[in-house]
Amino acid sequence: MGEFDFSVITNSLPFLGQGLMLSLWLTLLSIIGGIVLGTLLALARLSGFAPLSLTAAAYVNLIRSVPLILVIFWFYFLVPLALGRPIGSFYSALIAFVLFEAAYYSEIMRAGIQSVRKGQVHAGQSTGLNYWQIQRYVVLPQAFRNMIPILVTQGIILFQDTSLVFVVSLRDFMTASSIVARTEGRLVEMYLFAALVYFVICFSGSLYVRRLNKRMAT
Amino acid sequence: MIALQNISKWYGDFQVLKDCSATVDKGQVVVVCGPSGSGKSTLIKCVNGLEAVQQGQIQVDGQEVTSKKTNLTALRSRIGMVFQHFELYPHMTVLENLCLAQEKVLKRSRDEAVSKAEMLIKRVGISEHINKHPSQLSGGQQQRVAIARSLAMDPIAMLFDEPTSALDPEMINEVLDVMVELAKEGMTMMVVTHEMGFAKKVADRVVFMDEGAIVENRPTDDFFGNPESDRARDFLSKILNH
Ligand SMILES: Nc1ncnc2c1ncn2[C@@H]1O[C@H](COP(=O)(O)OP(=O)(O)OP(=O)(O)O)[C@@H](O)[C@H]1O
Ligand SMILES: [Mg+2]
Repeated sequence: MGEFDFSVITNSLPFLGQGLMLSLWLTLLSIIGGIVLGTLLALARLSGFAPLSLTAAAYVNLIRSVPLILVIFWFYFLVPLALGRPIGSFYSALIAFVLFEAAYYSEIMRAGIQSVRKGQVHAGQSTGLNYWQIQRYVVLPQAFRNMIPILVTQGIILFQDTSLVFVVSLRDFMTASSIVARTEGRLVEMYLFAALVYFVICFSGSLYVRRLNKRMAT
Repeated sequence: MIALQNISKWYGDFQVLKDCSATVDKGQVVVVCGPSGSGKSTLIKCVNGLEAVQQGQIQVDGQEVTSKKTNLTALRSRIGMVFQHFELYPHMTVLENLCLAQEKVLKRSRDEAVSKAEMLIKRVGISEHINKHPSQLSGGQQQRVAIARSLAMDPIAMLFDEPTSALDPEMINEVLDVMVELAKEGMTMMVVTHEMGFAKKVADRVVFMDEGAIVENRPTDDFFGNPESDRARDFLSKILNH
C-alpha cells in the first residue's frame, strides 16, 4: 500500500468540488421543494375534508414504507415515459427527492401546525381573514419557526441521502470521490477525505441545531 | 344587533348550550357571567360563528350567522373579538398585528392602515411600543393592543371573552378603562367577565349562565339588586365577597 499520498486530493479538488456542488444544490432544492409540498400535504391532512386528508395520509404512509433508492429508480424510468422525453438524471433525481422528502417534511409541518394554539386561528378568523390568509400569515410562520431545528436535522439526513444518486449515474460528491479513488488507486486517502467532508458539513449542521434549540428554550 | 334564538350545542353526548336566547341591542352592553364551565366562552364564540350550533338561530346586524348562504368571513370582519389570552400574533410587531387584517381584508393601503393603527395605539396608550413584539409587553399592554387590533376593523360590535382574567390584578384596570370608554362611546358590546364593578358601571343587562343554560337575563340593577335564582345569588355572594 505504501505511504499516504494526499496530493491526489489537492490535484482533483476542482473535480471533487463539482461533485460537492451537485450534492449541495440537490440538497437545497430538495429541501425547498420538500418543505413546500410537505406543507401542502400537512394542510391536506389537517383539512378535515376526508377525501383530501385520506389521500394525503395514504401518500405519506406509502412513501414512508419504500426505500428512497427505489423511488429514485422509479422516477428515473417513469418520468421520461410519462413525459415522452428524457429530462436527465438530475431532474429525475430532484423530483424523486422532493416527492420522497415531502412525506417526511409533511409530518414535521403537521406537528408544527398543531403546535400553534387554536386561539391564533380564532383571532385570525375574528378579524375576517380567510382560511388561506390565516395559514399564510398566522399559522405557517409560527409552525415553521417552531420546527426549524427538526427541519434542519431532516436536511442533514437528506444531504447524506444524496449520495444515492450514483444509481442514476449522477456525479455527486461521493461518486466523484469514488472515481478519483479508483482511477488514482488511492482508496484510503480519498474515502478518509470524503468522510471528513461529510462529517464537517453534517456536524456543523448539528451544532447549528443545538444552538437553535438552546435559544428557543430560553 | 345581536340576537340568539333558542340555540343548543353538543360536544358528543355532552350538551354545552341548552336552548339559550338573548339579545344585544345597538349601543347596549351585555355582561355574561357564571361559574367556570357553564358555557360562556362557547356561547360568545357562537355569535361570530367560531363555534357552530346544532339548533337555533343567530342573527348579527340582520344577517344569519347560522345560514350557509351568509358570507361568514365578511360578517366576522365587522365583529371585533378579544380573547382571554390576547392571541396577538407573536411573530409580528404591534404595528403589523394591527395592519394585517386591515390590508388583507379591508384592502386598505399600507399608509391608511398604518395611520389607523397609530391612531388606535395612541388611544390605548402604548404608542412607544408600536414596533415591539407582543412578548416584550406586559399582559395589560398586550390586551390593549388586542383591543386596538379589533377596533382597527371599525367593528359594529365587540365580543370580549374574559379579557382580564389572565392579567395580574394591577393590570386589570388599565384594560377595563379602555372598555368603559368604548362602552360610553356607544359601542355594542357582549362581555364575558367576572368583573362585577365593570358590569355595574356600564352594563345594560346581565346574563347569568349555569350548566349551559341562561338562568337570568335581566337589567343590571335588577340582577344585582335582587337576583331571582338561588344559583345567581350564590354566585354573586362568592364573587363579591372574595
Ligand atoms: N372542544 C370541546 N370538546 C368537548 N367539551 C368542550 C369543548 N370545549 C368546551 N367544552 C366543555 O364545555 C363546557 C363549557 O365550556 P366553556 O369554555 O364554554 O365554559 P366557560 O363558561 O367559558 O368556562 P370558563 O369560565 O372556565 O372559561 C365545559 O364543561 C368544557 O369542558
Ligand atoms: Mg371561558
